[in-house]
Amino acid sequence: MDKSTWTTKVGLAQMLKGGVIMDVVTPEQAQIAEEAGAVAVMALERVPADIRAQGGVARMSDPELILAIKEAVTIPVMAKVRIGHFVEAQVLEALGIDYIDESEVLTPADEEHHINKHKFRIPFVCGCRNLGEGLRRVAEGAAMLRTKGEAGTGNVVEAVRHARAIYSEIRRLQTMDEDELFTYAKNIQAPYELVRQVAETGRLPVVNFAAGGIATPADAALLMQLGVDGIFVGSGIFKSSDPAKRARAIVAATTHYNEPEIIAEVSRGLGEAMAGIEISKIPHDQLMAGRGW
Amino acid sequence: MTVGILALQGDFREHEEMLRRIGAPTLQVRLPKHLDQVERLIIPGGESTTIGKLLAMYGLIEPLRVRVREGMPIWGTCAGAILMAQRVVNGRADQPSLRLMDVTARRNAFGSQLESFEVDLPVEGLDGKPLRMVFIRAPVLEDLGDDVTPLARLEDGRVVAARQANMLATCFHPELTSDERMHRYFLEM
Repeated sequence: MDKSTWTTKVGLAQMLKGGVIMDVVTPEQAQIAEEAGAVAVMALERVPADIRAQGGVARMSDPELILAIKEAVTIPVMAKVRIGHFVEAQVLEALGIDYIDESEVLTPADEEHHINKHKFRIPFVCGCRNLGEGLRRVAEGAAMLRTKGEAGTGNVVEAVRHARAIYSEIRRLQTMDEDELFTYAKNIQAPYELVRQVAETGRLPVVNFAAGGIATPADAALLMQLGVDGIFVGSGIFKSSDPAKRARAIVAATTHYNEPEIIAEVSRGLGEAMAGIEISKIPHDQLMAGRGW
Repeated sequence: MTVGILALQGDFREHEEMLRRIGAPTLQVRLPKHLDQVERLIIPGGESTTIGKLLAMYGLIEPLRVRVREGMPIWGTCAGAILMAQRVVNGRADQPSLRLMDVTARRNAFGSQLESFEVDLPVEGLDGKPLRMVFIRAPVLEDLGDDVTPLARLEDGRVVAARQANMLATCFHPELTSDERMHRYFLEM
């Protein structure tokens, strides 16, 4: 019997496909998310919108809270660690949760190195803005990717930018000959073997979700139509006026992303979405997507 | 003979690719109208709470139960097996389900993701070498009714594959491997 193999790590992400992973800060929110049809929850102390508003150093959440959320639901539980903070990751692995997000939403602990994720039995998801960044994370052992978007803004524009970048790069790769692939791999600072694999298969080696700024059912369906495998919603649900209803609507829109009538139906009477932020109004040093190397 | 793959959530594309390699036509089933166009159905791996919710929300539960009672072959992998079981333990009390097979599915029978594993074991009805089984936060099957035949057991005796007439349940994921035998077995049911 082989435990925690690459197949089981990547495989759990495959089981989450077509689903919505929701940020929750209490066991009660976790139950609302599960009841609404979330495929997993991300347990954290503050949603990105509050991290953004309150400032300060954002760290891994209190294990007490993470365990209380784990107790409250039957679906997989994920939690975030700071970029490069491999001890926070060791702690989460010891807690026996299901997935770790090495996340730019928290304050980075290492400005040069990401966690060597191959050393862990627990699988990791990492953010990326383009193909090169995504493949660097896979080379380090990430078993799942997500776009970075710009978390806590309720503004989908950055997630769209990152999803478009990734899939258009994949399409271009498929037209290149071997000589061009060598140069392309060098230019995007990604391992040649992974670049060649993507060129051959026409897809990323692991599942890729959208994250960062998704606030409405139509936002979720937009990213699904652009080609992502599923959706993370952070602040978008529990910063809205009717979280349970909005959560159910985003779940339905993620499944039926190609059925405008269904998206229209579930979008009716959802109440206020979270207040959004124009990306250009955010001071440059407070943008989260630029964290990670 | 079109094989429907329930595509509400989960790893439906992996099943689809496996069937394409074998040469069986497939259709993604998301709404009752799709169900009328298929002769068989696979319920993939995923989250059983999510898939159950979406089955109920879009009116698929009763039409599906009717088709299976009329004899349509159906196969559930992991979450799909949970959705087919008449009884579920470790689930949510309000979890919608198809309640088809006379078995109890014990959800997350092995614990968290850290306990997910792969193992090679024989399956009754499959010739040749043992099957590579991938278990991901997997259930096991218990309290099998008299009409249910166990097809595979772990070394400790727990049942991880079973069949009842036109219904097949596996707790593991043949669609995540390159071994086509379990899919061929289903096509011959």
